[in-house]
Amino acid sequence: MKQYLLSVYQPDGPPPASVDLAEITRDVNALADEMKAAGAWVFSDGLFPPTTATVVRLQDGEMLTTDGPYVEGKEHLGGLTIIQAPDLDAALEWGRKCARATTLPIEVRPFQRDVS
Amino acid sequence: MPDAPALGAPEIGWVFRREYGRAVAVLVRVFGDIDVAEDAVQDAFTVAMERWPSTGIPGSPAGWIITTARHRAIDRVRRESSRMDRSTQAARLQAPDDPADGDDEFDEEGAVGDDQLRLIFTCCHPSIGTGAQVALTLRLLGGLTTAEIARAFLVPEPTMAQRLVRAKGKIRDAGIPLRVPGEADLPDRLRSVLAVIYLVFNEAHTASAGDRLTREDLGAEAIRLGRLLAELMPDEPEVMGLLALMLLLESRRAARTTPEGKLVLLADQDRSAWHPGLIAEGQAIVRRCLRRGQPGPYQLQAAINAVHSSASGTEDTDWAQIVHLYDQLLTITPSPVVALNRAVAIAEIDSPETALALVDGLDLNSYYLFHAIRADLLRRIGRTPEAGVAYQAAIARADNGIERDFLIGRQAELGQL
Repeated sequence: MKQYLLSVYQPDGPPPASVDLAEITRDVNALADEMKAAGAWVFSDGLFPPTTATVVRLQDGEMLTTDGPYVEGKEHLGGLTIIQAPDLDAALEWGRKCARATTLPIEVRPFQRDVS
Repeated sequence: MPDAPALGAPEIGWVFRREYGRAVAVLVRVFGDIDVAEDAVQDAFTVAMERWPSTGIPGSPAGWIITTARHRAIDRVRRESSRMDRSTQAARLQAPDDPADGDDEFDEEGAVGDDQLRLIFTCCHPSIGTGAQVALTLRLLGGLTTAEIARAFLVPEPTMAQRLVRAKGKIRDAGIPLRVPGEADLPDRLRSVLAVIYLVFNEAHTASAGDRLTREDLGAEAIRLGRLLAELMPDEPEVMGLLALMLLLESRRAARTTPEGKLVLLADQDRSAWHPGLIAEGQAIVRRCLRRGQPGPYQLQAAINAVHSSASGTEDTDWAQIVHLYDQLLTITPSPVVALNRAVAIAEIDSPETALALVDGLDLNSYYLFHAIRADLLRRIGRTPEAGVAYQAAIARADNGIERDFLIGRQAELGQL
């Protein structure tokens, strides 16, 4: 079995009025339950907005702590799910379900270590 | 080896090129790793260069290559796993579907086809970029070298090598499966396989820059891949449609350019130079597709070309039938490019004025053929100055030298009217 990271990318700022957050939350929770029932779920959670992020880094031998996020863009990582799946096709199937539930683009990326 | 002068490196290389795709497909399944499979076939090539000059080419070259490559790969993996812990690779060697035990030569012809089919779906997986899909397919199924693929696509060899390495790395690391997709995914996945083959064909058919000979090889390679897929998936109408389309377009290759390399339009081509064998084969496939009654974009384009192929000139071309086929094509794939081609046929059964009105309604300003077709319609109506302007627009947007020269010639002819 391989493990995959499903990252949810969402646009910066508050969601448009047309978005029904309650419905999305319900769908996302239902998907997590489906993943658990299928034995695919490893971890999932949403993140607080990027404004809550802090970056620490070593620079010229000195540890710096700054207000985050590390990468500024038009989108940010809104949440993530880790699943285990036999191959990419199976992982992409979960990715599609995730994209449908969140209504947002999902990046599917493999982890380096296989799990038994 | 002095006793067998006829069997030199070129002959052995040619046999390997022909059998490469079959051998790699089998070995990828056996070892579950493309690099291991490719290295093994390369090792077998080295052995063949030593032995074949004295032993001659074996009865089943593919079987010999597969058997030799298997042994070499096992040796190689054992050596590597003794140096470092590569338990996963060692485990793969005991894979339950390992077909040949002992020294028996591999002889599962049907299984080779299945392996190639699986591999082509892996190469054309939608998670791989189109350019890399094309390169992988040509490398792993077609047996073209990295240098050949780089030349054909006018890319420096290191760039192409890197593209291949990255794509193979993605197949391995992301866990892209070696599998023919299930029924639910098959239509989408097959579409990308067909698109890759047609892209290879078009690269040969329309591009003129670069090495001419290599380009023609690419066309032959696309048809070979098309035939392979048709053999493996004979019940897929669009697979047959693509093969028919390529055969019918290929049949006109000799007539498409003058000996000096100038472009000749369909209407002006010497139809006696069309290849009758390819036309007959293409038309027979189109007829079978029509009987099946499951039209798709490739089948319809093939049917349109079949109508052209059965006419002795533009005058006796069944333009009404062509318009009817374009109508069907527009329903399935509503695109302005299809509408543009349909308008060309409308000009024949109705009038250039009607066609021009249709063309003017299309949003294709950046497409050179839009301007070239407008220019031709304006010329036929007698609106010469506007035709000249439209030719100018077409010339500015054509990035193919042969096509640009053709348009410049047409524009110059306007002035002589």
